[in-house]
Amino acid sequence: MDSHNIMFVILSVFMVLSSIATVVSKSIIRAATYLLFVLLGTAGIYFLLGYTFLGAVQIMVYAGGIVVLYVFSILLTSGQQEKLSKNIVSKVVASALLSIAGFGVFLFMLLKNKLFENVAALGAPTEAVGTETNSIDQIGHFMLSSSEGGYLLPFEAVSLLLLACIVAGLIVARKS
Amino acid sequence: MIHIEYLLIVSAIMMFAGIYGFLTRRSTLAILLSIELMLNSADLNFAVFNKMLFPAGHEGYFFAIFTIAIAAAESAVAIAIMINIYRIYKNISVDKLEKMKW
Repeated sequence: MDSHNIMFVILSVFMVLSSIATVVSKSIIRAATYLLFVLLGTAGIYFLLGYTFLGAVQIMVYAGGIVVLYVFSILLTSGQQEKLSKNIVSKVVASALLSIAGFGVFLFMLLKNKLFENVAALGAPTEAVGTETNSIDQIGHFMLSSSEGGYLLPFEAVSLLLLACIVAGLIVARKS
Repeated sequence: MIHIEYLLIVSAIMMFAGIYGFLTRRSTLAILLSIELMLNSADLNFAVFNKMLFPAGHEGYFFAIFTIAIAAAESAVAIAIMINIYRIYKNISVDKLEKMKW
């Protein structure tokens, strides 16, 4: 059991507990903080898989941008006094049952199709830790190449989407 | 030696926690938090499947990057709408917003 493995287990447990705490905590600002922990844990997993650029993007966009935006809007809309847990018991029970049943189906399919054995039979990929397959250099070339395996069209589409979102955010949130 | 296939279970727990939150929360901002949780689990799945099946490929990697960008755009517009709703109704709880309900 090497250090990668220990880190992996710690991050996984941390992410599972935080994601459950996100949906059951009473205070919404606390839920946002737990979501931040989940996102940071996911970034750690990306680093562990060797996807360093993806982890950096995750930290910058999610943890640095979106969560701060959420906290601001929660405070703006005085979310502290929000009644989060005032719910009909039958609704909570039904939702919990639905989630647990879905997870049960997932686990059942996983075990029935013997995914773990098949992955083990697949061979090499599980130990690929820290191999820098995607350097920033390569990512830039892939993003802007229009040949096969390039991502120029989605790149431009996302840039257009972001522009539309800036305009939409300004128009929707301005004071009339 | 990491068994990354166990990450699929982690992301499934994250996904179903998000579904549970989506169904039980009353504040629209808390519902958006649950949606972020679900999107994040999908991203994690993209990265894991890319690493597991095509360690030399990069399709899932780029898909995850674009998903993160789209999630950011989505939550920015959604929060603008929430602030506008709050300005009009002084409340963003879903059971108080019934103006557009048939």
